Amino acid sequence: MERVKRISAIGAALGLFCGIAFLPASRLLAQKNKGNSNSAAHSGMTTDIPGALPGIHLVSPVPNGQWTLPAGDYANTRYSPLSQINAQNVQNLHLVANYSVGIPHGFEGQPLVVGSTLYMVTPYPNNLIALDLTKPGFPQKWIFEPHPDIRAVGIACCDVVNRGAVYANGKIIYNTLDAYTVAVDANTGKQVWRTQVGNIQLGETITMAPIVVKNVVLTGISGAELGVRGRLTALDVDTGKILWRAWNTGSDADVRIGSDFKPFYKKDQGKNLGITTWTPGQWKLGGGTIWGWISYDPELNLIYYGTGNPGVWNPDMRPGSNHWSITIWARNPETGMAKWAYQVVPHDAWDYDEIMENILVDMPWQGKERKLLLHPGRTGFMFVLDRETGEVLSAQKYVPVTWANSYDLKTGLPDINLDKRTHFGKYATDICPSSTGGKDFIPSAFSPQTGYIYIPAHNTCMDYEGTAVNYIAGTPYLGASVRMYPGPGGYQGELIAWDVSNQKQVWGIKDPTLPVYAGVLATGGDLVFYGTMEGWFRAVDAHTGKILWQAKTGSGIIGDPITFTGPDGKQYVAIFSGIGGWMGATAFPSVSNDDPYAGLGVVGAMKQIKGITQAGAALYVYSF
Amino acid sequence: MFTVSKLAAMLLMGSATAAFAVTPLLRVCADPNNMPFSNQAQQGFENHLAQMVAGDLGMTVAYYWYPQRGKFFSKTLNAGKCDVVMEVPVGIPVASTTVPYYQSSYVFVSRHDRHLNLHSMDDPRLRQLRIGVHITGDEDSNLPPVNALTSRGIVNNLVGYSIYGKLSEKNPPSDLIQAVADKQVDVAIAWGPMAGYFAKHSAVPLDVTPVDVVLPNPEVPFTFAIAMGVRHGDTKLQQELNAEIERRRADIHRLLEAYDVPLLGPQSTVPMGY
Repeated sequence: MERVKRISAIGAALGLFCGIAFLPASRLLAQKNKGNSNSAAHSGMTTDIPGALPGIHLVSPVPNGQWTLPAGDYANTRYSPLSQINAQNVQNLHLVANYSVGIPHGFEGQPLVVGSTLYMVTPYPNNLIALDLTKPGFPQKWIFEPHPDIRAVGIACCDVVNRGAVYANGKIIYNTLDAYTVAVDANTGKQVWRTQVGNIQLGETITMAPIVVKNVVLTGISGAELGVRGRLTALDVDTGKILWRAWNTGSDADVRIGSDFKPFYKKDQGKNLGITTWTPGQWKLGGGTIWGWISYDPELNLIYYGTGNPGVWNPDMRPGSNHWSITIWARNPETGMAKWAYQVVPHDAWDYDEIMENILVDMPWQGKERKLLLHPGRTGFMFVLDRETGEVLSAQKYVPVTWANSYDLKTGLPDINLDKRTHFGKYATDICPSSTGGKDFIPSAFSPQTGYIYIPAHNTCMDYEGTAVNYIAGTPYLGASVRMYPGPGGYQGELIAWDVSNQKQVWGIKDPTLPVYAGVLATGGDLVFYGTMEGWFRAVDAHTGKILWQAKTGSGIIGDPITFTGPDGKQYVAIFSGIGGWMGATAFPSVSNDDPYAGLGVVGAMKQIKGITQAGAALYVYSF
Repeated sequence: MFTVSKLAAMLLMGSATAAFAVTPLLRVCADPNNMPFSNQAQQGFENHLAQMVAGDLGMTVAYYWYPQRGKFFSKTLNAGKCDVVMEVPVGIPVASTTVPYYQSSYVFVSRHDRHLNLHSMDDPRLRQLRIGVHITGDEDSNLPPVNALTSRGIVNNLVGYSIYGKLSEKNPPSDLIQAVADKQVDVAIAWGPMAGYFAKHSAVPLDVTPVDVVLPNPEVPFTFAIAMGVRHGDTKLQQELNAEIERRRADIHRLLEAYDVPLLGPQSTVPMGY
C-alpha cells in the first residue's frame, strides 16, 4: 500500500505522462505553447487538435512527433495531428528507409519513436532493435537479444508474434513469448530488469504490448486454448517487482473486486461470480486471458481492457455464464481494484474473445456530452459504452452477423440465435462472424476531425460440421470440424469508416480475397493509413475513403502504422510488413492449404494467400 | 596441393563407407515425454515398434521429438520433419493411415478397494461419483467421455485435468490416473493404453474396465482403431508398413500386451474406429 501511495503522489505531482517525462521541461513548455507545429522536431505529445469536431475531447495527449505508447496515446485513438503529409501531397510519399529483421514470422504491432531513435520488437526471438533517426537510411544503433525459451514456440497458439513495446522512465518495456516482461535501457540497449509473469510449462505465453501508467507496468497473458487462467499483472516500472495480479476467474478477492465495484447490469452483479458461474472447480481452467490492448483515462484514473474466451472449449461442460471471460473491465491502475465490468458474451460458444482495443473519447451522444468507450467487437457488434458506468449505449452490427440478432441495452444481453449455437452432435452452418470475428485484435483508429472510427474488418462465416477423428497427447477423440469461408457478398475484408454519432457505416474499402488484418492510423492530414494482407500500404482520404496513395511492401501487412517527426523536422510514416499471425500463418510453407480445417479452421477462408504473398518481416518508412 | 589431396582422401573414405552411411532412415516423429507411447529414452511401445519395423525394412530409426499437442501434425509429419507417426487413429484427416494394428477403448479406472466395477456410461452411480476426465482445451472438441457424460446431464461432478499437464512433469497426461490413486476423484475415464499402463504401475491397486459401446449412440464412439500415419500421398511407405503390420501382427500383439494396453476383439484389418 505504501508503495502504491508513493507512486500515485509522484504521478499526481508531475501530472506528466511517462512517454514525455524524459524530455527537458523547457521543451515540454515550448511544445505546449506551439500547439500543433509540424516543424518542431520531437514535439512529443499534444492535447491541441486543430480541426476537431465541436464537443470532441480526447482524455489524453495524442502523439505529435513521437510514438511512445503502443497505440500512440492512452486513449487508443491511434490519431496524430501531424499534417505535413496530407491529402494534397500524399502522392509524393516514397520509401526512405527499410530494414529486414530476418525472421519469417508475422510482424504484428508497431515501432516506437522516442527522441531520435526508433525501436522495434521482432517476432520470436523477440529482439529489440534501435535505429538512429539522425542518419540517412536510419542505421542500426544496437540490438538487444533476450533469448526467450524456445519451448514457447511450440506452445503459442497462433504464430510467434509480438505486438510491441512501451516507453517509460528511460526504458523500453515489452513482453517475450516465454512470458517474461523485460525492461531495456533506451540509451544503452542493456537489460535493466526481467520478470517472469507466466509459466510456459502451463501453456502460458505473452504476445501483447504492455502499457505503463504512473510507474505501474500492466500486462496480460495468452494461452486460453491450453486452459490457462487469465489475469492482469502489475509490475513496478523501475524494479520489475510484481505488485498485484487481477485474475479473470475465481473469488472476488482474486479478481480484485471490492466495495467500490459497481457493474451496471444485474447479470454482472453478485458475490464471487468468477466461481459461482462455473461448475465446481472448472474456473481453475477458465481461460479469460488478456492479449489485446489496454487503454487509460487519466481523468477518471481507470484502465480498460477486455478478456478472452472461457476455458474448456466444449460449452456443455461449463454451464453458466462463465464470468469473467469475454468481459470489458474498468480498474484502478494502481491498486488493480475493479470499478465496473461488462460481460459481452455470457457462456461463449464461438470463441469470441473481446480483447479488442477500447477507444476513449468524450463527445456529444444523442445531444448530451458523454464519456464514451468505443469497442468494435469480435462478435461483429460495434459497442458504445459509457465508460464511467459500463452502460451499453449502442451495439450495432458492423459486419454480417448471424449468431445474435441484437443486444438488449436494458439487460446488456445478446438476443442469441439458438440455431447458431454449437453443441457436440448438433451442428450449425452459416455462423457469422466466424471465430476470427468481425475483427480480431488488429486495432482501429479514431479521428476527432471526422468523428469516425476506422475498423479493419473481416467478413468470414463458418460451419460446424460433422465430427472428425483427431489425436492429441496419445488420445484419440472426435472434434467438431470448423470450416471458415467468405461471408455474404463474397468479399473477405473491409476497411470500414463508422460514424460514431450516427451509428452507421459511411464508407468502406472492400478486399475481395483477404481479411483486413492490419492496424489503422488517422492523421491531421485528413488521412487514414492501413495495410493489406497482399502487402499494399495505403493512404486513404479520411472523409471519403478514396485511395490516394499506395506502395507495395515485400510481404503481407499485419502490423500497425505509426507517424512521427524526424530530427530533420520532416514527418514520417512507418509500417511493419511480414505475413503471419493466426489467419496469415496460412501463407507459411509448413501449413498445407489442402485441409480446410487446419489452423483452427482458418485455412478454408485463406486458401488464396499462398499464391499472393510470402513470409519475411521488415520495417518500411516513408516520407518526402 | 596438400589440402586438395586430403580432400580427395576424405572423399574416397566417404565412398568406402557409403554402404554403411546410406542405410535408409525410418524418420519417426514422436512425443519425447508421453509413456507408454514414447519417450526420449525410447522406452515406449511406439519406440519398440519403430525399432522392429526399421529392422525388418533394413532401415535405421531417426527421431524428431515434438510434444503431441494441438499443432503436432502440422509441425512434424506435414512439415516434412519425419515420414511416419507410429500411432494415429484410423480416419484422421491430417495423415494417411496404414491398416490398423490394434483397437482399444476408453476405460473406467478406479481403486480396487472401492469395488466399483463400472462398465456403462448409463450407470446411475456416475451421477454421484467424482469423475476425472481429460480436457483438451480450446480446440473445438472434447474427449468422448466428456461428450457422453454432458449429454446425460452429468456435469457438476466432472473434474477436468488438462491433457497437456505440465511440460516439466513426466508423462503429463498420467496426472489423471494418479488422481484416482490419490482419491482426488472416485473414477477416471481415460484412453485405454495410457490408463492400462499407469494403472499397472500404480502403487495402489487399480481396476481398469472398458467403457461399453452404446449402440444406439454411435455419435460418441469409445473404441478406436489405431494405425501408423504417413503423409498423404506417401503410398510407397504406406504399403511397406501395411505388409510389415500383417507380417508381424502376432509380435505387435505381444508387444502391446507387455504394456498392458487393453486390446479389443479380433485383430481385424477392418477399421472400426470412426
